[in-house]
Amino acid sequence: MTSMTGVPKQGFRLSQLIYDTRYRSLTIQVVVFMLFMLGAAWLVDNTIRNLQALGKDFNFGFLTYRSGYDIGQTLIPYTNDSSHARAALIGLLNTLLISSLGCIAATVIGVFVGVLRLSKNWLVARLMTVYVEVFRNVPVLLWILIILAIFTEVMPAPNAYRVTDQMLAEGVQPAATMVLFDTIAPTNRYTAIPSIGFSRSLGGFDTSFMPISFNFLAMVAALGLGIFFNRRVLATAKAVQEATGDRPVTWWKSILLLVGPLLAVMIALGFHLNLPALKGFNFAGGLNVTNAFVVLWLALSLYTGAFIAEIVRAGVLAISNGQTEAAFALGLRPGRTMNLVILPQALRVIIPPLISQFLNLTKNSSLAIAVGYMDLRGTLGGITLNQTGRELECILLMMLIYLAISLVISGVMNVYNNSVKLKER
Amino acid sequence: MSPTQSDSIAFVRSEMLPQKPAPVSEAGAIRWLRENLFSSPLNTLLTLIGAYVVYWLVTHSLPWLSHSVWTAGSVSECRQIITDTWGADATGACWAVIRERWSQFIFGFYPWQMVWRPVLAFVLLLVAIAPVLFSALPRKMLTFSLIYPLLAIWLLWGGSAWTELVVLAGFVLGWATYVALSKGSTLIAVIAAVLVPILWWKFAAAPTTEVLQNVISLSIPKVSSSDFGGFLLAVTLGVGGIVMSLPLGIVLALGRQSDMFLVKSLSVGFIEFIRGVPLITLLFVASLLLNYFLPPGTNFDIILRVMILVTLFAAAYIAEVIRGGLAALPRGQYEAADALGLDYWKAQRLIILPQALKISIPGIVSTFIGMFKDTTLVVFVGLFDPLKGVPDFVRADFNWKGIYWEPFIFTGAIFFIFNFSMSRYSMYLERKLQRDHH
Repeated sequence: MTSMTGVPKQGFRLSQLIYDTRYRSLTIQVVVFMLFMLGAAWLVDNTIRNLQALGKDFNFGFLTYRSGYDIGQTLIPYTNDSSHARAALIGLLNTLLISSLGCIAATVIGVFVGVLRLSKNWLVARLMTVYVEVFRNVPVLLWILIILAIFTEVMPAPNAYRVTDQMLAEGVQPAATMVLFDTIAPTNRYTAIPSIGFSRSLGGFDTSFMPISFNFLAMVAALGLGIFFNRRVLATAKAVQEATGDRPVTWWKSILLLVGPLLAVMIALGFHLNLPALKGFNFAGGLNVTNAFVVLWLALSLYTGAFIAEIVRAGVLAISNGQTEAAFALGLRPGRTMNLVILPQALRVIIPPLISQFLNLTKNSSLAIAVGYMDLRGTLGGITLNQTGRELECILLMMLIYLAISLVISGVMNVYNNSVKLKER
Repeated sequence: MSPTQSDSIAFVRSEMLPQKPAPVSEAGAIRWLRENLFSSPLNTLLTLIGAYVVYWLVTHSLPWLSHSVWTAGSVSECRQIITDTWGADATGACWAVIRERWSQFIFGFYPWQMVWRPVLAFVLLLVAIAPVLFSALPRKMLTFSLIYPLLAIWLLWGGSAWTELVVLAGFVLGWATYVALSKGSTLIAVIAAVLVPILWWKFAAAPTTEVLQNVISLSIPKVSSSDFGGFLLAVTLGVGGIVMSLPLGIVLALGRQSDMFLVKSLSVGFIEFIRGVPLITLLFVASLLLNYFLPPGTNFDIILRVMILVTLFAAAYIAEVIRGGLAALPRGQYEAADALGLDYWKAQRLIILPQALKISIPGIVSTFIGMFKDTTLVVFVGLFDPLKGVPDFVRADFNWKGIYWEPFIFTGAIFFIFNFSMSRYSMYLERKLQRDHH
């Protein structure tokens, strides 16, 4: 064992830091870290000096001050005596509201259009192609502006819906009529929709965040109970199927369990819809949703829907025809083929790009600035910023909140994606 | 046929019958209709709904479009002409606004006698971009593509050409330093090749420009950034953002693929941060915050500030596209590069990146389409974009007050033509690349 004697024993040389692969990555990382810290220090130093020159400081105390401005649409109680933080929260909730409703509508539109674009019907497939291409290739801002113009220029004023006794006597039609079985009235200022009402109230309690009504809690509890028992029924059915090979018929039990308790509670509480009706110059009774919200929601849904349609189409096309044929050969009915064979595979292709479309829609909701909808950018990054003059704090906070929303959405959707993706063994 | 058989069979046809035409329901237009429009009750229903939609769209837009007025001085004159020609309750399109103001939609407030400069820059852009997009063209054209950005800056903003030439000299100087020193230590050569141009730009560039400018004046009139608007602004920001973001995007993508923890986390952090916030907040950073982050007293024009943030924004998206390209390369390519004994940068430069970038081009084009559409958001930091900035300016003129649909249709159509053709190109490329691979 003397073979090692020929190797000269060397100490550590400085050049090893660069040329020896054992140390090189460490060297590079140290250099990168120093450069990064230098850059960060330069930025922070500049910022401090600039703030000093302007006589400003960096603190978030302004968030507790009285906001002093009104917000048109608020999901939780808010007055102009509330704090700037509360205003920012209102904005955040409005952002989340428009994003979630937009995601739902865009998904529905996207699935419909994507499937119809694949249909053998020549006319419908062409129409859907035109829709997808026209909406995808034009900036979303244009769609927002066009729909805004339609609402402000073309929609009738609220009093155009008026029907007077004289008009009834003469058989004259009013200038405008409500749509969807007289439940929705789009006007040039707001869209009147029915609101939910209960004739009996269980009362409620008030948290500092928002008031909570027991009616609502009872409905949630009934729905939860239904879902719980439905799970039990399905689990039993699966056990029976695995033991005997026959699956008991469960669909009517499921429907009964899911809808029954909720319906019972709703009837017990006297659930009804308050239809909007013209009172004086404006609609009352229902809910008057600002057109800013409706316009933004429609534009974002239609725009993102076009992208989702392409994703759905690509997902369905990605599943080879052989899969369908194999499922038919096994004797599965078309419905089960779709549920058990095609969809699980197509979802795997569809979900990752779908996540990024949801993220895009959420980020695009900041275009509320074009219609004056008070979202996070409108409150925290808009009026609060202008009133307090704290650009640095407001914009940084706003960016962090948007970042957090994005990370939460992609996190949740990734969990779902992991549950449907191919389990490789 | 044996005689007994022919006796037992009553009739045997011995000659071919002439071919009959297919049944009416199975041929021509009727068959096409049956197969494509009325194959099932559901399809029939869909067809009827579709036909109604088409009918509704046509009846609502055709009268308006057919009553087009191209020459008028104001909206009221337009309406007068429409009423005179087609009757009192006719509605019509007033394209006169486009005819009168199209130059503002395209060039913003760029001085009219100098408009040949952006036009020339655009034509040269097509020349510069052609060898990148179509591999059949000679590779030597890429040299022009490299010089083009400085040429475009000079053409668009004007001023002394020496500024751009001196900047270019910095690059040449860096390259020369590298070539001279690379015989010895590569590391020293790289560091010197980075430092020399920086020193040149910092200390020598301004005096050299001045001296050269005094010797031979290569000046064309300057154009201020505030004169930029319309599609000129959108294309400048979109193309500039993508071109400048490419190097940064490549570095970020390589950083994200790196084994080094710190490099990887910094890249991931940057990419996810930028991708997690809306572009509009970044534009607000450009207009409100950038002055805080730079040394006191720094003040440069809003287009450059927006361009910086747009570049950072695009870089994060480009990095993800290129990462996809890197991930799509077969593992064997990396191993083969290692087996040849190439170091990291040589392997990236000669083997990995040429292939990864090639398969990333469709994704880069899609990113560009997205960027080009997003440049319209600059209206919210006070620039004149073609969708809202310029039309609002036009509508502020009393003559064109209340004109909405015509500018929307005009700018929308231009955006559509641009983006649709680019997306078709990207799809063509995807198909071509797919064929290469399998």
